[in-house]
Amino acid sequence: MAHAHESHTGRIWKVFVILSIITIVEVLFGIFKPKSLYFNNFAGMNLLNWLFIILTIVKAYYITWAFMHMEGEKKWFRRSIVWTVVFLILYLCFIVLIEGAYVFDVYKTGHIKWNF
Amino acid sequence: MGATVISNEHALDGGPGPLGATYGKMMMWFFILSDALTFSGFLAAYGFSRFKFIETWPIADEVFNHFPFAHGVDAPMYYVALMTFILIFSSVTMVLAVDAGHQLKKTKVAVYMALTIVGGLIFLGSQAWEWKNFIKGEFGAVETKGGSILQFVKKGANGEYERVALGDFALTLPEEREQLNRNNGFWFMSEASIPSHSVNEVVQGFKADESILVRTETINAEKEKTVLTREESIKRLADTKYVVEGANLVRNEYGSKLFANFFFFITGFHGFHVFTGVLINIIIFFNILLGTYEKRKSYEMVEKVGLYWHFVDLVWVFVFTFFYLV
Repeated sequence: MAHAHESHTGRIWKVFVILSIITIVEVLFGIFKPKSLYFNNFAGMNLLNWLFIILTIVKAYYITWAFMHMEGEKKWFRRSIVWTVVFLILYLCFIVLIEGAYVFDVYKTGHIKWNF
Repeated sequence: MGATVISNEHALDGGPGPLGATYGKMMMWFFILSDALTFSGFLAAYGFSRFKFIETWPIADEVFNHFPFAHGVDAPMYYVALMTFILIFSSVTMVLAVDAGHQLKKTKVAVYMALTIVGGLIFLGSQAWEWKNFIKGEFGAVETKGGSILQFVKKGANGEYERVALGDFALTLPEEREQLNRNNGFWFMSEASIPSHSVNEVVQGFKADESILVRTETINAEKEKTVLTREESIKRLADTKYVVEGANLVRNEYGSKLFANFFFFITGFHGFHVFTGVLINIIIFFNILLGTYEKRKSYEMVEKVGLYWHFVDLVWVFVFTFFYLV
């Protein structure tokens, strides 16, 4: 890749501001816990947690694309990293979390008293 | 034979490799990929255990609520948010160092690199403080025969339940129990330090003070821990087996044993990454000062350690979410 040797400091500081704002928003939501989000569930998890996870992924996007300069890499190099990790993590979470919820049900409805 | 001509000229010196990246940078990316999968394995395991004990998992806001120089103040999350800022900021100085490297400005690279190292060290110090608070504990609790943690609360001035420390109500009874050390038994026999109150002292103290109630691990519909009535409390306390103060790998005063284990393991593994990152940054920093990259006319090494450093930041962003927010 032909590296242009101009400076990117403007973009770097902009990304820093975005990351800071997202973190502040996360902390504010974590402290005030709005009831409409905290007590409403979607797919087994409350909306507040969904919001945190989405904001985290946005942060991860900015760190990877701007700071780790993924945006400057060749398309298939980028994909070989990002697609691999995203697919495997989604699969892992899917299988492991469903199993965890199942084990919870077994403990709750089964005949073994485990924490008393 | 194939029509493609492959030159092996740069196969070992990190020169131009496939897909427009150098071999060095490409391998750093694939190392990061595998390390990211390791961390996601840990975090998914944490998620598994949490879903498994979803009704009794400790509430992070109640555990991590310390802030330096603010004793007794309930300050959930501010401290970890500060740690996040420190790490993001050290990522910014790192990327500024890489940027200065592209323009071959040696002094600028060195200064930003030094700032990154300082940021990493501050983060490590903050994590040590966090661990100290976690290990020391604040209120203490008791564990029942069935492995359940019981904490103690009292109705505060505003009608809400407030946590009560064991020391505030436990009696001092004329009983003595000496810690078994290697020098007063067999050389291979010893035990962990004895809690400051015995089970009997806590139970008797509880019976003597009518205002104190037991809080169980179970999370109720308001997403708060359930507080028992006085009668139920006394009944539950009859099963008390251990007094738990602070946290270790066997039991902790916050609740589920796995909670402390995952805390030590995941933040510890991340802290170890930060530590090695700082070490590598220091090596690169001295190489910059020695002019190694100046002679090479390329600061790509700074870029490669930069990738690792940003990755450490990236992992922290996820640890922050799943340990402290969710």
